[in-house]
Amino acid sequence: MLDICNLHASVDGKPILRGLDLHVGTGEVHAIMGPNGSGKSTLAQVLAGRDSFTVEDGSVSWDGVDLLAMPTEERARAGLFLAFQYPVEIPGVSNAYFLKAAVNAVRRHRGEPEYDAMDFLKRVKAEMKAVGMSEEFLYRSVNEGFSGGEKKRNEVLQMALLEPRLAILDETDSGLDIDALRTVADGVNRLRSPERSMIVITHYQRLLDYIVPDQVHVLSRGRIARSGGRELAQELEARGYGWIEDLQGAQAARGAAS
Amino acid sequence: MNAPTKPIEAFLEREYPAGFVTALEADALPKGLSEDVIRRISEKKGEPDWLLDWRLEAYRRWLTMTPPSWAQVSFAPIDYQDIVYYSAPKRKADAPKSLDEVDPELLRTYEKLGVPLHERARLAGVAVDAVFDSVSVATTFKKQLGEHGIIFCSFSEAVKEHPELVRQYLGTVVPQGDNFYAALNSAVFSDGSFVYIPKGVRCPMELSTYFRINARDTGQFERTLIIADEGATVSYLEGCTAPMRDENQLHAAVVELVALEGAHIKYSTVQNWYPGDKDGKGGIYNFVTKRGDCRGARSHISWTQVETGSAITWKYPSVLLRGDDSVGEFYSVALTNHRQQADTGSKMTHIGRNTKSTILSKGISAGHGSNTFRGLVRVTPKAVGARNYTQCDSLLIGERCAAHTFPTIEVRHPSARVEHEATTSRIGEDQLFYAMQRGLTAEDAVSMIVSGFCKEVFKELPMEFAVEAQKLLGVSLEGSVG
Repeated sequence: MLDICNLHASVDGKPILRGLDLHVGTGEVHAIMGPNGSGKSTLAQVLAGRDSFTVEDGSVSWDGVDLLAMPTEERARAGLFLAFQYPVEIPGVSNAYFLKAAVNAVRRHRGEPEYDAMDFLKRVKAEMKAVGMSEEFLYRSVNEGFSGGEKKRNEVLQMALLEPRLAILDETDSGLDIDALRTVADGVNRLRSPERSMIVITHYQRLLDYIVPDQVHVLSRGRIARSGGRELAQELEARGYGWIEDLQGAQAARGAAS
Repeated sequence: MNAPTKPIEAFLEREYPAGFVTALEADALPKGLSEDVIRRISEKKGEPDWLLDWRLEAYRRWLTMTPPSWAQVSFAPIDYQDIVYYSAPKRKADAPKSLDEVDPELLRTYEKLGVPLHERARLAGVAVDAVFDSVSVATTFKKQLGEHGIIFCSFSEAVKEHPELVRQYLGTVVPQGDNFYAALNSAVFSDGSFVYIPKGVRCPMELSTYFRINARDTGQFERTLIIADEGATVSYLEGCTAPMRDENQLHAAVVELVALEGAHIKYSTVQNWYPGDKDGKGGIYNFVTKRGDCRGARSHISWTQVETGSAITWKYPSVLLRGDDSVGEFYSVALTNHRQQADTGSKMTHIGRNTKSTILSKGISAGHGSNTFRGLVRVTPKAVGARNYTQCDSLLIGERCAAHTFPTIEVRHPSARVEHEATTSRIGEDQLFYAMQRGLTAEDAVSMIVSGFCKEVFKELPMEFAVEAQKLLGVSLEGSVG
């Protein structure tokens, strides 16, 4: 369903993604790992449509549609969800208001009736219970003063409410203690379904003990350096990222020589 | 980085829907200001001698004064001889006795602005005084109000029908020589609204004035006087618009509020004067003196303003807390976009015992807009137990706007408790991206953030006005997302 072909992207003229290829089938969960600076978050942001990144080359086809041609909010309405690595605070706007506006924007797009306040509250309260958030968070400003774990739970809550077709989780595990990690992973696992694809970006293998991926990819210097099954993640855990980079460096040297 | 501000800029391009001109024949004085012009204004209005003398005294004071230069605004000096000081729509012989005699073109103008003057067309029973250029053209619901002993009429009419009240209160809150613009207003004011609520009466409907500047080169100098007698309560609303013109036009109004013992006055403004185009050409100079006097014990005066229009706003609705246990409040949202400049805030003067005041100011700057909060909280030596709480928050949209805060606190009594809080925040590209990733458009995201920012002020507005204000803010911000 998602086909990324030879994707090149830069920020402020500095190339970050350099010819990335990735295919994610419907209902599959793919993990993307890689050292800092390898382009993991850039990939997430480019797919979501952040305009501070420039796509220099390549294509992204999503169920046959040119994803890169769609405006950010259209991608979201069509079912692309990004769980942010650093969820943004919006002072003065209540979480309940924000969530309802988002859910209704997506429902309108799907031709479904918008939720009224009562229906929405019923739905959101049930979902909050599932991710272990107390109702008080509905009435606080979006992410303002939330702890790291609370922010991440709020992301998973939004994902549950918006029912995306493609969910990208950008280091959702970072900054979480083991209990929070487990709750977040449970929330994500509940949302696994044959209709929903997921890209789970993580720096550590730890998260993949809880969210078991169909495939693991290692990103290095803006390209997929290696793909494999779950065992690849375990190998990385044991050997670090160094050997992948060495491998890629050697490849690059060979490429230059030939 | 240019990229992040793109959606903000697109959003800040605004249309000004009230910018049309009504074609009407006007009865106007030639440009320029002199004692002779003042005599002619007074004569046209058939005023008594004491009022003419009062005007002339103000004029002589004004000649000795200079415009204030301390405000954080800049504009070319105004040529006061190049302004028309009196312009009125021409009437068929006599003044209209009822709405039926008002020029239909005028009625249409107000209808177009969303202010229908036909009483049966009014929804929630809001009485309206419509001021067009220099004169009041219609006042609605006078009869019903009269049954409660309430006087709600144009200022000119009040001078004729209730001279004793006008004479007793005029200039007692804002004296003739209070400041440069107030002195000018005192000399040349042409009309405005007059309200008197008798003892113990709770005004049964919202009262409102709708100001419209139409004629070219004309200044509007209205004067409003509201008196709430002992135990009376009134809520008053004011709205303003003007056509789009390339020249700047001057609006120098004076509003005086008097609250006697136990009286309660709530004064709300939605100011949407033409702000000029996006390069700063044209627009209204809104130089206004508004002051309330809590003259009696336990009296209460509350100002709420939503300022989205005008090229330049210079305005500090203030309260003199003279009565013991009196309360003064100021709630403000001021928005500047493109090249607009606003220097606004409030002055709370604590004189009586156990007086309380609140200042809550929300400034929004977008485009090249400049927004200044200027506040003065003064606790005089006899003001035992005074309390003030001030909060002023600034919100910046884009990279080229400015926000300034100048709070002054003078405390002369040790029992005073004065608190001041201030914050500055920016609508960031990251906030917009976050909201857009959830399916909202940039426009919706900005209005959501701005509404959230203004929430505490909007809840002070009467219901109908709150909706209007929210819409207005949306329009005024169009093109602000960059």
